[in-house]
Amino acid sequence: MTGPETAAAPDAVARNTAPLERYRIMRRIRSFEERVGEMFLRGESAGSMLHLSIGEEGVVGVTDAMQEGDSFTTHHRGHGVFLARGADPARMLAEIGGRESGYCRGKGGSMHIADRALGHLGANAIVGGGIPHVVGAGLSYRNQGAGQVSVAFFGDGAMQQGILYEAMNMAALWRLPVVFCCINNQYGMGTRIDRASASVDFAARAAAFGLAGISTDGADVEVVHAAAQDIFAGARAGRPGFIEVSAYRFHGHARMDKSPYRTPEEEAEGRRRDPIANARARLMAEGLADEAALDRLDAEATAEMDRALESAVQATMPPLHAMFEDVYDPETPAPEPLRRRLARILNA
Amino acid sequence: MTETTYREALRSALEDAMASDPTILLIGEEVGVYGGAYGVTKGLLDRFGPERVIDAPISEPAIVGAAVGAAMTGSRPVAELMYVDFAGLVMDQLGNQAAKSRYMFGGQIAVPMVLRTQGGTGRSAAAQHSQSLEGWFLHTPGLRLAMPATVNDAYHLLRAALVQPDPVVFIEHKGLYTLKGPLDRDRPDADWGRALVRRPGRDLTIVTYSRMLHESLAAAEALAAQGIEAEVIDLRCLNPLDEAVPVASLRRTGRAMVVSEGVMTGGVAAELSARLQELCFDQLEEPILRIAGEDIPIPVSPDLERAAIPSAGLIAEAGLHLMRREVAAWAR
Repeated sequence: MTGPETAAAPDAVARNTAPLERYRIMRRIRSFEERVGEMFLRGESAGSMLHLSIGEEGVVGVTDAMQEGDSFTTHHRGHGVFLARGADPARMLAEIGGRESGYCRGKGGSMHIADRALGHLGANAIVGGGIPHVVGAGLSYRNQGAGQVSVAFFGDGAMQQGILYEAMNMAALWRLPVVFCCINNQYGMGTRIDRASASVDFAARAAAFGLAGISTDGADVEVVHAAAQDIFAGARAGRPGFIEVSAYRFHGHARMDKSPYRTPEEEAEGRRRDPIANARARLMAEGLADEAALDRLDAEATAEMDRALESAVQATMPPLHAMFEDVYDPETPAPEPLRRRLARILNA
Repeated sequence: MTETTYREALRSALEDAMASDPTILLIGEEVGVYGGAYGVTKGLLDRFGPERVIDAPISEPAIVGAAVGAAMTGSRPVAELMYVDFAGLVMDQLGNQAAKSRYMFGGQIAVPMVLRTQGGTGRSAAAQHSQSLEGWFLHTPGLRLAMPATVNDAYHLLRAALVQPDPVVFIEHKGLYTLKGPLDRDRPDADWGRALVRRPGRDLTIVTYSRMLHESLAAAEALAAQGIEAEVIDLRCLNPLDEAVPVASLRRTGRAMVVSEGVMTGGVAAELSARLQELCFDQLEEPILRIAGEDIPIPVSPDLERAAIPSAGLIAEAGLHLMRREVAAWAR
């Protein structure tokens, strides 16, 4: 992986460009999510069910351990994961706005973005709903023998869903190339994790199924990445794994949520666990980038997402007839529109 | 053309399809070593090996969820749900995931999987192992739904399901596994999604599917003895649903009964009845009758179980009533 040429001094690039690139991706995620919030305030988003991953950018340590050809599913708070895997932010924002040029032609929206080409098998709005799909993908990959891994990204809410444990058991039982990644942002909607989970030692749960399990501090993307590399090496060799990325959800559950269930003091404390600020300090301390270079990256991310937002709001809405497309394979008849059926009945 | 059983026809369909398509996987409880709770997958583990015939733990949601993911990534999975009554456990993976992925993702991600299951009464299996839940699936856009009634259809509808581009719920009937009949591997009774006239008749139309076809044919035979010729239509698939064949029949006869083993209220018979009424209103001589399961859970005691679903006798009586209104037992 190579960083942008302008990003750092040549000697720093030669030493290690990956941390700087991870910083750049995290910065892009945050800028992107800020534009999602802006899109909502401008009345350009399709609805308000927009779940921002600000504060959770440390998951880039996991996405950066994936390889081309690996597939993944995400939860409803999955913008950051998809962006990190190479998504086009303009097409993402177009989808979030219900536009025809969106990834799913304006049918899925924020909670159902997918892209076959980038291995995104789908964001899911049922907590835990996408988790077992990676077990099936793992069966395909095992039988196809191409060395791919499939990754389920989900939140701490899904740690209380039974299907996670069914899927973990199957993955371990059949030694599938699968990774389970829990982005623990401490809250399932308005319920803090210690009010929802009798134990918060999630890695121990994974270990109980025979998975390689590790909990990482998502405020330090490099720590996450180092752990993820081990987990992925194991998964690729048929030892499925679990990685928890601990984070703090900086904002409310969705756009309408002002988080009355937590104190400003707690939020201030949580926001100090900022993976981007931490990465920035570390890059400078290690001499991988100076402040000016990082400021330049930040400005580039902002400008990129501004352009993406303008492109998305300019995009056209899908035509009405598109609502009947994609229910079934296009070679088979589409559902009959009600008006046409009524005319057929009344004119018979 | 060979004489075989419904069970053996299903097994042959899986075996022939797996031999020609190496991406087909079977995944389910007891499908491998045990050979299937009703013996449909017997011998397939030996022939195709454990990577393609996968004995799963008792985790129905993840079995169906794994099939969804496998279907998204180049495999063609056949998930077996041992009893359709377990649908309550898997409706998220089936109704929210399999059925909606193509749509939500703008046509990018298809889920070409088959969910094989079986339902219906006949074994005193009681309320949680005897239901006819096809109405649940019919109510979910995105799912195809096939319910074979004959040996030849058991083979050919399953082969057809295994080349569909969309998820198929394939519901066998536990009371039909031992049914004997002709199987012609080269000749389906009709194409996927087409209804068939199984017995022609000019006086009234019976629209049915799955095991109720056989009760309906027996009823038609009894009615014929009284000079009433009932036309019996087997829908074969409920999605896609062929309206044309029953509509053409009803426009000729003016009288219809819809026969289903599922409970009456909110069920498949209600849906079919509404559609036929809309499209044949001017030709109707009598109200379209729903001859369906009683609105009760299935009881275990054999006499009660039999009485909970339509029988040939009930169908014939209703047919007489529709034609002449002279059924002594039904006198007011």
